[in-house]
Amino acid sequence: MERQHSRLGFFLFSIYLILYGGFVLINAFRPDWMQVQPLGGVNLAILYGFGLILAAFVLALIYGIFSRDEPPEEQV
Amino acid sequence: MTDQPSVLAIVVFFLFVGVTLGLSFFLGRQAKSSKGYFAAHGQIPWFVNGVAFAGDYLSAASFLGICGMIAFYGYDGFLYSIGYLAGWIVALFVVAEPMKRLGKFTFADALDSRFGSRGIRVAAGISTLAVSIFYLIPQMVGAGVLIRPLLGFPHYVGVLLVGVTVILIVVTAGMVSTTWVQFFKGSLLVVFSAVLSVLIIQRGFEVEPKTEHRFISLGPFSETNFAAEFEAQPELQGQKMLPAEGVWQDQPFVRTRDDSSGRITVWSREPAGDDQVVLREAQMITKQKDGQVFIAGLPKGTGPGEATLYPVGRVSRLPGDEKKTGPLGPLSFLSTLENSEVVLWRKKKLTGSAQSTTTIYFQQPTPGSQVLKPGEHPRFKGIRSNDPLAKIDFLSLMLALFCGTASLPHILIRYYTVKDVSAARKSTIVGIATIGFFYILTLYLGLGAMTSGALDVTDSNMAAPLLAKSLSEPLFAVISAIAFTTVLGTVSGLILASAGAVSHDLISSFRTRPLDDATQVRVAKIASCVVGAIAIVLGIVFQQMNVSYLVGWAFSVAASANLPALVMLLFWKRVTRQGIIAGVLVGMVSSLTWILLSGDTFEKVYGLDASAALVPFSQPGIVTIPLGFATLVIVSLFTQPKTKVA
Repeated sequence: MERQHSRLGFFLFSIYLILYGGFVLINAFRPDWMQVQPLGGVNLAILYGFGLILAAFVLALIYGIFSRDEPPEEQV
Repeated sequence: MTDQPSVLAIVVFFLFVGVTLGLSFFLGRQAKSSKGYFAAHGQIPWFVNGVAFAGDYLSAASFLGICGMIAFYGYDGFLYSIGYLAGWIVALFVVAEPMKRLGKFTFADALDSRFGSRGIRVAAGISTLAVSIFYLIPQMVGAGVLIRPLLGFPHYVGVLLVGVTVILIVVTAGMVSTTWVQFFKGSLLVVFSAVLSVLIIQRGFEVEPKTEHRFISLGPFSETNFAAEFEAQPELQGQKMLPAEGVWQDQPFVRTRDDSSGRITVWSREPAGDDQVVLREAQMITKQKDGQVFIAGLPKGTGPGEATLYPVGRVSRLPGDEKKTGPLGPLSFLSTLENSEVVLWRKKKLTGSAQSTTTIYFQQPTPGSQVLKPGEHPRFKGIRSNDPLAKIDFLSLMLALFCGTASLPHILIRYYTVKDVSAARKSTIVGIATIGFFYILTLYLGLGAMTSGALDVTDSNMAAPLLAKSLSEPLFAVISAIAFTTVLGTVSGLILASAGAVSHDLISSFRTRPLDDATQVRVAKIASCVVGAIAIVLGIVFQQMNVSYLVGWAFSVAASANLPALVMLLFWKRVTRQGIIAGVLVGMVSSLTWILLSGDTFEKVYGLDASAALVPFSQPGIVTIPLGFATLVIVSLFTQPKTKVA
């Protein structure tokens, strides 16, 4: 159970790391891409930024839902 | 500029402080034992703790600093929002559960859980103190910055007021009251920011908002003969052009004086293609050696014959040359701005005169598409260039923000206020939701302030409160009071973290027998007073420092010193006591040294030329975080015990 739990954490963490890393690297090395307006006249910089914040929340929620069943802590 | 205090603001402000203190005294009776004092008995409900995370984390730098940066430079401030939030992912997936499982009251507890070593406690205690104090300075400076326009008191009064209030909160009730203060503050901040954002989006944009003063642009004129053409304009009736003497020589500025009022108007002269120039109305402020301040050539003030700076900030062109958009939606607000043109304000200092310095603030019409993409702020300009060092500097900052959050002592101690690991996790998730929502709002608040017509060109930290003022006076009062409690909340968390480090980690390590419970609480209270006093002094000394700049220091030091130790302890079995001590100390010292030798510090602290700096870029994280890890690993490998520690 504990193992599975930490594996899920690691998996979700990696997803976010890739998303965040992508954002930072695009800003640093392809800043022009951030000007593209893929949706509704709003540019990628804003969409990606909002996306990162939403992704953090969604990943946190998934983590919370799937680790609810762990046994109660015995440590003080 | 808007230095007149508002009565309503003062009333609301003291109401807030009064309620906060009352709450503290009331809750204080529950916090007699050390477990109560440092960890609120571990009985805080997870939801409350989650919102309290937001209260702890959304400091003056988040609320005032980020909004101000977005209001003046557009998207760049939002990069901080993104980085600050990303750090919470590390907190949730890496730090939250083990922190709760291993520790009791402080960060050092968790680090020391496997070894029981005095050295680790001392190293972790020192790094906690160092980070806390770095983080405290900008909060105290922020308090002083806020109090001046809000209540009309000088800077040091604001700092003293915060310092004393916080010491009272911390000494009376420790973590119990600190947590509830954070909870209320966090909720209010998010709720009222949401209200503000809705009002901003509802208001939409207007090309000529009702403001005190309309700034004009004249021209184009031919470059060779612009003076005559310019003076002949009807707008300049009754004004005479002043000769470009002294510091004004060879500057792209022109001055005209109004004959009747004596007010001097500065104009910035900009090329407009084909040997033509335009002149845009600017503002100037002159500070004399003897402390006197002149605005537009007249003494600063609101009486007759005196002048103040005008509030600024507007959209200069909307898509389709409309005059007014009316209510917009959350996305159409952004897409409209993208296709508009905004007037940003830039400044230039004229030096060379011994008696005075003049700063000119001039208009810079900027396309919305440029405002909404990264790289407008001087600190981020590098990412639009081809300079590899500037790009590394940017990566380094984003890395420090990512790694720093989960290493901040006042955040870490909040994991001990809940009852178990599952509550620690749940409260982090609530924290992420609250903080993430707030950071999305910062973009609207900042852009709203940018186009509100209410900005003070000299003070970006006031952008959010002044934006509220442009919407309604009561809202301004509430927002200002919240901003102030924001400072109170964060400062009390930091002081408590430092007090814990002193009494629980440092002093206990130098005694053979541990302090008894009551003594430990007493020592912590004395430590709170001392750290509080130090913070007051530093807040006054560092008055001129930029608020958000110092927060960056704290993040870098925290990430370099604390994170490697924490992560390796959790995920690497061969870590040794010596490795942890070395990692913490090397991470702390190297990041501090790097900061002190950086171009940023050379320029802003020592007043030297930034290019004389001894390190190639300003943000240490990308070098010192790996260095912290490497030191820890190498020292651990050299100090492996002969029999393996389980």
